[in-house]
Amino acid sequence: MIELRNITKRFGNVLANDRVSLKVEPGTIHAIVGENGAGKSTAMRIAYGFYSADDGEILVDGVAQRIASPQDAISRHIGMVHQHFMLVETMTVAENIVLGAEPGSVAALDLKGAEAQVRRLSEELGLAVDPRAPISDLSVGQQQRVELLKALYRQARLLILDEPTAVLTPQEVAELFAILRRMREQGKTVVIITHKLSEVLELSDDVTVMRDGKVVGYLKTKETNAAEIARLMVGRDVLLRVEKKPAQPAATVLEVQDLKVTAADRTRRLDGVSFTVRAGEIVGIAGVEGNGQTELIEAIAGLVPAARTSGSIRLAGDDISGPSGLDARQRKEKGIAHIPEDRHRRGLLLDFDLAENSILGVQRSRPMAVGPGGVWLDEAAIHQRAERIVHDFDVRPPNIALPARSLSGGNQQKLIIGRELDLHPRLLLVAQPTRGVDIGAIEFIHRQILALRDSGCAVLLVSAELEEVTALADRLLVLHQGKIVREVDPARTTTAEIGLLMTGGAPA
Amino acid sequence: MKLLRQLIYPLLAVAAAFLVGSVFILLIGDDPIETYSLLIGSALSWPDGIGYTLFYATPLIFTGLAVAVAFRCGLLNIGAEGQLIAAAFATAWAGITFAGLPAWLLIPLCCLAAMGTGAVWAGVPGVLRARFGAHEVITTIMMNFIAVALASYFTQYHYKKEGDAILQTVPIGESGHIARFGKFLPGFPERIPLNLAFVLALVACVLVWIFLWRTRWGYEIRATGANPAAAAYGGISTARQIVLAMAVSGSLAGMVGIGEVLGYRYRYYDGFSAGYGFTGIAVALLGRNHPVGVLLAALLFGAFLRGALFVDIFTEHVSKDLVLVLQGVIILFVASEALFRGRAARLERGKV
Amino acid sequence: MRDIFKIALLFSTIRLATPLLLASLGGLWSERSGVINIALEGLLLAGAFTAAVVTHLLHNPWLGLTAAILAGMATALVHAFVCITCKADQVVSGMAINILFLGLPALLSGAFFDSTGATPQIPKDQLLPIAPIVMAFALVPITWYVLNRTRFGLRLRAVGENPEAADTAGIRVEAIRYAGVILSGALAAIGGAYLSIGQSSLFTRNMSAGRGFIALAALIFGKWRPVQTMLACLLFGLAEAITIQMQGVTPIPVEFIQMIPYVLTIVVLAGFIGLSRPPRALGLPYEKKR
Repeated sequence: MIELRNITKRFGNVLANDRVSLKVEPGTIHAIVGENGAGKSTAMRIAYGFYSADDGEILVDGVAQRIASPQDAISRHIGMVHQHFMLVETMTVAENIVLGAEPGSVAALDLKGAEAQVRRLSEELGLAVDPRAPISDLSVGQQQRVELLKALYRQARLLILDEPTAVLTPQEVAELFAILRRMREQGKTVVIITHKLSEVLELSDDVTVMRDGKVVGYLKTKETNAAEIARLMVGRDVLLRVEKKPAQPAATVLEVQDLKVTAADRTRRLDGVSFTVRAGEIVGIAGVEGNGQTELIEAIAGLVPAARTSGSIRLAGDDISGPSGLDARQRKEKGIAHIPEDRHRRGLLLDFDLAENSILGVQRSRPMAVGPGGVWLDEAAIHQRAERIVHDFDVRPPNIALPARSLSGGNQQKLIIGRELDLHPRLLLVAQPTRGVDIGAIEFIHRQILALRDSGCAVLLVSAELEEVTALADRLLVLHQGKIVREVDPARTTTAEIGLLMTGGAPA
Repeated sequence: MKLLRQLIYPLLAVAAAFLVGSVFILLIGDDPIETYSLLIGSALSWPDGIGYTLFYATPLIFTGLAVAVAFRCGLLNIGAEGQLIAAAFATAWAGITFAGLPAWLLIPLCCLAAMGTGAVWAGVPGVLRARFGAHEVITTIMMNFIAVALASYFTQYHYKKEGDAILQTVPIGESGHIARFGKFLPGFPERIPLNLAFVLALVACVLVWIFLWRTRWGYEIRATGANPAAAAYGGISTARQIVLAMAVSGSLAGMVGIGEVLGYRYRYYDGFSAGYGFTGIAVALLGRNHPVGVLLAALLFGAFLRGALFVDIFTEHVSKDLVLVLQGVIILFVASEALFRGRAARLERGKV
Repeated sequence: MRDIFKIALLFSTIRLATPLLLASLGGLWSERSGVINIALEGLLLAGAFTAAVVTHLLHNPWLGLTAAILAGMATALVHAFVCITCKADQVVSGMAINILFLGLPALLSGAFFDSTGATPQIPKDQLLPIAPIVMAFALVPITWYVLNRTRFGLRLRAVGENPEAADTAGIRVEAIRYAGVILSGALAAIGGAYLSIGQSSLFTRNMSAGRGFIALAALIFGKWRPVQTMLACLLFGLAEAITIQMQGVTPIPVEFIQMIPYVLTIVVLAGFIGLSRPPRALGLPYEKKR
């Protein structure tokens, strides 16, 4: 159906695709697997015309094609559902679906006709949506259905889905898979990009494995297993468990009582959460993204305005929340370190050098600043400390005069971790510690977190990678729709059970 | 090497401006080469050329620094014009009201009046931006109009000499005068208004550098301008930084009043500003929001202002408005140059 | 007697609101497509100057108006190029154009008409006092219709909210933004032409006096929607009309009265901007990683 031959693509000096060749047979569900940064999305975006390859060719039904823009792909009946939905929130479902191929004339848009067409299409395919609803009213699963309808409205025969299950509950995932199987029965071809092996095994007919921008394997799903695919993905045998000493929890460091957080749009994101974290233990938070994890961490770190939180947060017995509570800077001074989930947005000043980044959050304290109110920056002290952090945490290249932007994701994360751990914190808040980080750095970061826990720090860990959070945590709290559904022992609970809890279900 | 690369784009922008300018000059019927030689030549003669160039550069250094500091926080301070007008009037007011005081009291008092008024004039839009999200571009421009109206009013009805046809206040006390270069530089005539405010401007450059890169305040302002979300994570209050940056910016712009009132006209003179506030934008951009760059760019534009008068008089058709055209084109080119550089982040602007 | 006073005030309001309305409708087209347009002030001046000069030379205000529109479009094209293709800071680019038009008209008129202050007076029968008013108010429903009921309007709105979504749907984001910005130049230029050959009979230096910025405030106040923006412009027009009525009638010094529109703008912005939701992608250049 579609074939990529020797596709090569560079972004700056990163080789995202290195002579990638793969073939998708018509009428199949084909999975493309690999870790974050393997090049899967890039290759498919090239097939969709969103990017243009530096070299190589694309063949559709055996004939070489020039796909230079999404318009070209669409006219060849290729559709793509992106990882981050491409929907205009203020417009309706129908308007979004017909955008780019609107019925009616130049002078008059036929909105009624569009709505009728959408209704018809959604019934044909069993994808129920209300054409007149504004996108902002829809749930994530429903929005994804709109994305599917968009592709089908343009008569896609090949459907590419990029990490479609990242933001779905397990139930929505099951519904999606049913839809995809139905499409296969109707003769359509589906390519699904994912890094979740369970999905690959459950859904696909064929698998292409990518690693570091290259294709490293092509397998028929029936003839392979998770271990083999994982080995191809990573290049060596993967240790699915981390070496961990048993926890020795001591006094309570963090006590959260009935914490509620409202977002700027007045929705309740965190709905009465209570738990404790003791020194020397790692408490993990498991849950589908968007169920309140971000708000939980930010509220404890002091980044949510007091007007939007209620409930109490105690650090070693002292109440730090409420109107007379401490702000983010003061909390840091009291020993709460924070590794943010979005390091580019929250954690770094990308155009500043490493030295200046190393003092973010502590720019007022000794020895970085001297004088009344910490006004004068002590360059020598700052540089010395920065050099030490860069050395101790293996940040490469170890040049503190470089802008943070020039570091790779893993090294940026190591810098942030080094900066935070240098505070010798009592409590570490860490969210998505290894997102976008290469394998070598992942192990380093895991070891650092465990070492911190062993030295008596309390750690609150949020991760969307279920394997990571179950491997590291001593206790696991499952978060769903802003509430803690249950606390489980990660060593004794299966991922399936946890997954069920994450959707609000109740295992036996 | 790195310095060379930093200089290339500003130089390119200036060259481009000259090119576009020559198109207009030709259109008008004059000779670009002749015009530009007049422009530059008259700025470099001694003592008048250099003297006036430095004299005009003085307010431009102040406004350039003002706009640069605001830019570092991600803010665009278009209101330097209004800030310097309000400040100049306040300076004159102080000089008139406290005329009896000795110099060592009066001069600092007048300086404080200048900087304080400028800080407030910019601080108000700063607060409106911080608290209400009102975009500082529009509010500062409105404050410009209001400053002009108020200054005119007070001059006309309260501080003008009876029967004086020119819209200007009565003179300030003698002890408020700042020395001109002619007073202590041998061979330099006193009629050239270049005064100690120029030295103050140079000092301001150094102080701004120290402020931005050696104090925690400056770090926090720059962090807010670079990435407000990360700054918040670092415990920095965006709202406070906005107000601080605007206040500092305004007080720098206000220092124009010191040179103008204490060193040149010794009174408030309606219409004294040759668009120093707007030129400050070009100066800051061309100087890449760095005190050294601002100094160099201010000298360049000071030369333009000096040369513009000659061009106005001695060419057939070209008027001094040529300089505004050059300014506009320079800003366009410097702004477009973002295409080639990595784009610097901007404070998520209140959408305008 | 009171009634004549009120009717006069109404006409005055409409006349004074017209340039604001034209400029802010222009701004609407640019900003709904995602490009901030601070250059409305400069565009007004471009239109005003061109209209005055061409009308004077060719003795025909319609030709003057047409020339003004072309000048506005050309200027807006520069802004579009710098903002969309060069991805420059859109506010800075807008200010550059404003500064450019503080000087360019004076430079040209100084050369051609020996006066940097004003262009030559145009005789009364060669002015266009009514047509631009009609155009301005007619453009309100037209704008609404095109924006909400045509293909172009739908795509433009999509581009302003989520250009990536539009791109993946096969829409040419940059082309639409160019169209939006150039359209804003055309409309603002009509507003400027009204200033010089409609409301008065010549061009004077800087005659827009901040109207371009007030128009922008009206646009924000009007939530980037045609009808609400029109109401906002009428409000500002009313304020200006009252200002003129008050001069010479009250003991308040004229300078304070002149300040009213500017203070009003600040109050409006401070009080109401929080309630306005701008187009999501406004001010952000669209970077396609191709």
